[in-house]
Amino acid sequence: MRLVETGNHVAAWGARLSRVEVVSAYPITPQTQVIEEISRFIDEGEMECEYIPVESEHSAMAAMIGAAAMGVRAFSATSSHGLAYMHELLHWAAAVRLPMVMVNVNRALGPGWNIWCDHQDTMAARDTGWIQLYCADHQEILDTVIQAYRISEDPRVILPVMVCYDAFLMSHTYMQVDIPDQEAVDRFLPPFRSLWKLDLEYPFTHGSVIYPDDYEEVRFSMQQAMDNARRVISEAAREYRDLLGFYHGELVETYRMEDAEYALLALGTVASECRVAVDELREMGYPCGLVRIRSYRPFPVAELRELLAPLRAALVIDRAVSFGLEGPLFSEVKAAVYGNGGPSIHGIITGLGGRDVPYDLIVENAMAAFKEKLPHGSHWPAVRLNEHHRLVKRSLEEYWKKEGVR
Amino acid sequence: MRLRDFPAEELFLQGSAACQGCPGSAALRVAFKALGRNTILCVIASCTSVLQSPFPVSALNLPTLNMAFATGGAVGSGMSAAAERLTARGKFKEKPTILVWAGDGGTYDIGIQALSGAAERNADLIYVCYNNEAYSNTGTQRSGATPYAAWTTNTTKGKEEWRKDVAQIMVAHGIPYVATASLAYPTDMFRKFAKAREIRGTRYIEIQAPCPPGWKFPSSHTVKIARLAVQTGMWMLYEHENGKTTYTAGTQRIIQGQAKLLPVEEYLKAQGRFRHLFHPERDEERIAAIQKRISDVFETLQFTHKMKEHIMDIEISPRL
Ligand code: SF4
Repeated sequence: MRLVETGNHVAAWGARLSRVEVVSAYPITPQTQVIEEISRFIDEGEMECEYIPVESEHSAMAAMIGAAAMGVRAFSATSSHGLAYMHELLHWAAAVRLPMVMVNVNRALGPGWNIWCDHQDTMAARDTGWIQLYCADHQEILDTVIQAYRISEDPRVILPVMVCYDAFLMSHTYMQVDIPDQEAVDRFLPPFRSLWKLDLEYPFTHGSVIYPDDYEEVRFSMQQAMDNARRVISEAAREYRDLLGFYHGELVETYRMEDAEYALLALGTVASECRVAVDELREMGYPCGLVRIRSYRPFPVAELRELLAPLRAALVIDRAVSFGLEGPLFSEVKAAVYGNGGPSIHGIITGLGGRDVPYDLIVENAMAAFKEKLPHGSHWPAVRLNEHHRLVKRSLEEYWKKEGVR
Repeated sequence: MRLRDFPAEELFLQGSAACQGCPGSAALRVAFKALGRNTILCVIASCTSVLQSPFPVSALNLPTLNMAFATGGAVGSGMSAAAERLTARGKFKEKPTILVWAGDGGTYDIGIQALSGAAERNADLIYVCYNNEAYSNTGTQRSGATPYAAWTTNTTKGKEEWRKDVAQIMVAHGIPYVATASLAYPTDMFRKFAKAREIRGTRYIEIQAPCPPGWKFPSSHTVKIARLAVQTGMWMLYEHENGKTTYTAGTQRIIQGQAKLLPVEEYLKAQGRFRHLFHPERDEERIAAIQKRISDVFETLQFTHKMKEHIMDIEISPRL
């Protein structure tokens, strides 16, 4: 079946085809349509599923943990402040070793209120033990949700998975998607399985007090699970291609990297935009390629080492900031290739709060980077002061004067 | 039901890590006996997270998930929804009882949002608050359930506010069953749990849980203090169903005139947390304020009871 649908409705289809049995969610722009569509599926009898319209995202995640602990497939969707509000329980879900999948529509955090896209929300959830997969088109959203359950429930992994895509650029735009037959998905995705469940036959206490003597081992096992996930993500992508015909790369997707001397690296829709920039740069004589990072956690260390080793220079585009340092992706790409030779790596931060990232901005900065003309650390090429900012700046300067700050 | 008729099977095992005389463990024991094996438990951060014993052993012989402080109503909702699906799929012959077990901190304060959400959706679960009137797990700080004038580590001169009444907040949610219970009246407690088990929807049971280290009384006095609380009217026993409140056990006896309401001083004096009301000198004002609140409630209830016998069927809710 071929549909022209919004990214959000496509995500709902992903949950439906994965035969999710409990959905708990709280509405937040721009995620709302995901749960609206799911509740419509349920109302119209197209999905056998319990829908819990919880009173907050914290509760949405708690209910998912409860459902997954009972041994059913659970789903939720959130965004931005919703994800931030869940943060505590993101740790809980991963550490209690429960498989589940949640969609996050990447949106900026307030204040000021901003409903548009950037990646600050999921970057802040980076260290919670969730696998994070970033999509760049609608078909990929659908396929990734289904693959995410497969990855999450794999006995070598058993960690929750977050499927991320960009606010409005993907959540609300329409694109064509192929919806596979349920039987085909069933062949790919076995019925729910988990490491443990709340079992009346075998009463078991999970998540009680744990002393330093055992705690570290639990965390170590999560790290091992993340390492195992690398292989499992690849296997899932390949098997999905063999059974269902769609393939979106594995931990990374590359474009024109075969003979590249330069590369652009990014997550999500900016990476799609980068394809145009790559073509443009090639016309201008820079043999450039694109590395779109699909799996942010686990981080594709081996892939990056291999892809970047022969290059002269690379530019990382971050849609988030690690305040006090630089763009998080920038830091991590450098860390991944550190000690292995490789190119000089530059970083820009742009596209925050939904600011447009036009391909010519990418081209311009890529050329500067490739000529070693970008400043060190993350560079903010799109920042410009306008009248409002100057007004604020003037009052700040007056305040400093009053306080004797020079 | 008499004590000796309680089921012999112990689902709360020996070797817990509770303090001596812990009310939480005693309450678990009675609740488990009344609910039986077809129960799945979720423990919300509280003394019970600790008293069940650390990994890898457990004193809880029911499948148990420990969860974060603010999650009670929500995690129970998720478990119940999943149980619904599993029962529909034939994995369970009979839908298990979902029991959420939280302290007053996780109920009155940080967890009230999730609890209220669950109650509004009428999620199918039993939510228990064992109320030791403080954050005992972290060493006795004030909670929304701490009574007026009680000492805690952050109300060293006695709490200045009156406690809120979550059982009544739950009554206002219109859920099918709300009950209060006391360790001193185990058969009453058992009956309430057994009744709650048979009802579908959100059921809320709150147990007053006198905590020896937090309230500063000898660990052998837990039940005595619990009984004094009821006898002095500091804790009231009732159940609320179908829009009607029925007083039970000790509270019922006082209202019906079969027992006398004891002066609250007897309760206050029995615990170190109210010591500053008597030493170095008597704080007449605060003692009188507490007594007046209780007496007002009971006078109204006793009056209504008499009227009801003679004239009509009126019901009022307790306010304390
Ligand atoms: S502090 Fe009180 S409630 Fe907590 S375990 Fe000890 S006796 Fe029980």
